[in-house]
Amino acid sequence: MTISLSKVATATLVTSALALGACSKKAPEELPPAPTTSTTTPTPTAAPTGPTVGTQSHFEQAVGSSTVIYFDTDRYNIDTTDATALQAQAQYFARYPQLTFTIEGHTDERGTREYNLALGERRANSAKNYLVSLGVDTNRIRTVSYGKERPVALASNAAAWAQNRRAASIIIN
Amino acid sequence: MKFSVLALALPLLFAAPLAAQNQDLGEPVGDGGEVETTGVDPSNEEAEGGLTFTVTDESDWEDLGIAIPAFATDRDRATPANSSGTAALGREIARVITANLQNNGLFKPTGPDSLPSPDFPQITAPSWSSWSGRGAEMLVHGYVRARSDDRLVVGCYLYDVALQDELIREGWVVPPADWRRAAHKCSDLIYARLTGEDPFFDSRIAYIAETGPKDARVKRLAVMDSDGANHRFLTLGSATALTPRYSPDYSKIMYLSYVDGNPRIYVYDIGSGSQTLVTQNANPTLAPRWSPDGQHILYSMAVAGNTDIYRVPVTGGQSTRLTDTPGIDIGGSYSPDGSKIVFESDRSGEQQCYVMNADGTNQRRISFFGGRCATPEWSPRGDQIAFTRIAGDFNIGVMTPAGGGMRILTDGWQDEAPTWAPNGRIIQFFRTTRNAGRSSLWQVDLTGRNERRLPTPVDASDPAWGPIRP
Repeated sequence: MTISLSKVATATLVTSALALGACSKKAPEELPPAPTTSTTTPTPTAAPTGPTVGTQSHFEQAVGSSTVIYFDTDRYNIDTTDATALQAQAQYFARYPQLTFTIEGHTDERGTREYNLALGERRANSAKNYLVSLGVDTNRIRTVSYGKERPVALASNAAAWAQNRRAASIIIN
Repeated sequence: MKFSVLALALPLLFAAPLAAQNQDLGEPVGDGGEVETTGVDPSNEEAEGGLTFTVTDESDWEDLGIAIPAFATDRDRATPANSSGTAALGREIARVITANLQNNGLFKPTGPDSLPSPDFPQITAPSWSSWSGRGAEMLVHGYVRARSDDRLVVGCYLYDVALQDELIREGWVVPPADWRRAAHKCSDLIYARLTGEDPFFDSRIAYIAETGPKDARVKRLAVMDSDGANHRFLTLGSATALTPRYSPDYSKIMYLSYVDGNPRIYVYDIGSGSQTLVTQNANPTLAPRWSPDGQHILYSMAVAGNTDIYRVPVTGGQSTRLTDTPGIDIGGSYSPDGSKIVFESDRSGEQQCYVMNADGTNQRRISFFGGRCATPEWSPRGDQIAFTRIAGDFNIGVMTPAGGGMRILTDGWQDEAPTWAPNGRIIQFFRTTRNAGRSSLWQVDLTGRNERRLPTPVDASDPAWGPIRP
């Protein structure tokens, strides 16, 4: 929580940048248009009050590190730590019923490529099924597996692999 | 599969989704068709004998010296194949043949750059004394002739120097752009004549070209000849591409693409540059495979997280589900006669290899050695199954279709995804380095002694070796 709280402090002005960052991560096909030189003065906006509902940073601010759950090697079951995190997610999505989101399933690099795609899909569905059991409408949840293709920790050791075996809930807007 | 059928009838209606799918594709590239075999043989008489021994092991051949001087030309003429005429091309062809025979650890070839060049009449009447003095047991001669229609005639002759006799000869007519194929056909002729094995040089490889840092890898579909030449990228890299498979006739490539944001199998038509989904379905589809006759496709599909193997006719229509366990059943590789399929399943709690009949019946586990068995691929000869063996490190292994005689051929940190040479004597795979995550293509023969890295312009994974070309 300390991480996400400190993020709140700095998040006020970078909210839109974070949202863009999340967006470009999900849709690598398109780049934003190049900035144009303009003579119009930027309109002063009201002082931002924090991330807006419907952004990943708002979700992260609300549930902290609970946006991601982690799995043991080759496993896809929801353990008690995962359950706690998913309950926090479910409460958030109950509060904002207009939101839809994606669960990305990932594996560590110590598996064959095709099997890992299937395993990532199984992990994403485990998280989805648990959220549905907590009352989140199934139609609000999209799943996608990236197998071992998108690691967050880059070393080849047990600590890095533990970080990569994950299901991450992402709000795409 | 309804999709592709409908697309033919209603091209306008489907033009938009097709265009959207194609956004990661490069320009379509035509593939050279059949190579015409020509009767260069004036006597038209099949050479007989010449071999008085049988091959039991490739290592027996490492001392067999083969001299491969430059191919001669009747008249040095300009050709669109290169910038300096048929004489220079003849030397280049001999270089390609030398590299082919050298790189596979089979023979001890000597190339044109350290040999005298025979003149045109000597191609059919070798100067025996000059070659026997060089310690060469075998002698390759050949010629290049540019026809008036710009096509090239390439003749290839194999001689036994001690016997002073011709073992075999053949000729091909190729478009100038396909001159390397004549060199591969000649390599295949020599290899097959001397080893008694089926040829494999005139073949292509589809694979995934990788660039960029480990957490933002760009993965593009690429193709090349068996020796790395004629390399082309087929996708642009904006969407991750994985696990390609050439169709048996090289007209199509199936591969996985995230082009619509989800992992899905597409059937890419090489000639037209268009592609269609293997099945019109919202679920992720993985692990595409062709049947040996090219009439059926195997794919794996995850439904609510559970992955099973399905079969669909290449022309479209109803998919048949072949597995139905709650575990992950994935991949699949047909026996050469199409009657059986070897596949991977974790129904026992971990990845192991299983065989079933082509209709999905009689599923039984075949891998019972220690460790795990993944990505099984049936040899085109039918006698072996190659697979990724996971026991700490990942290595390439082979076993019989009954699961016996397991042998480990490689010793990398992470070697995976074997693919067979068309003749079932060599296996390619990809090797990933620890920490850096760099990937590269390698090949190893069935003895495990001849291992080498394949040259690729960038990092590479997921090799898929196609059959011998017509």
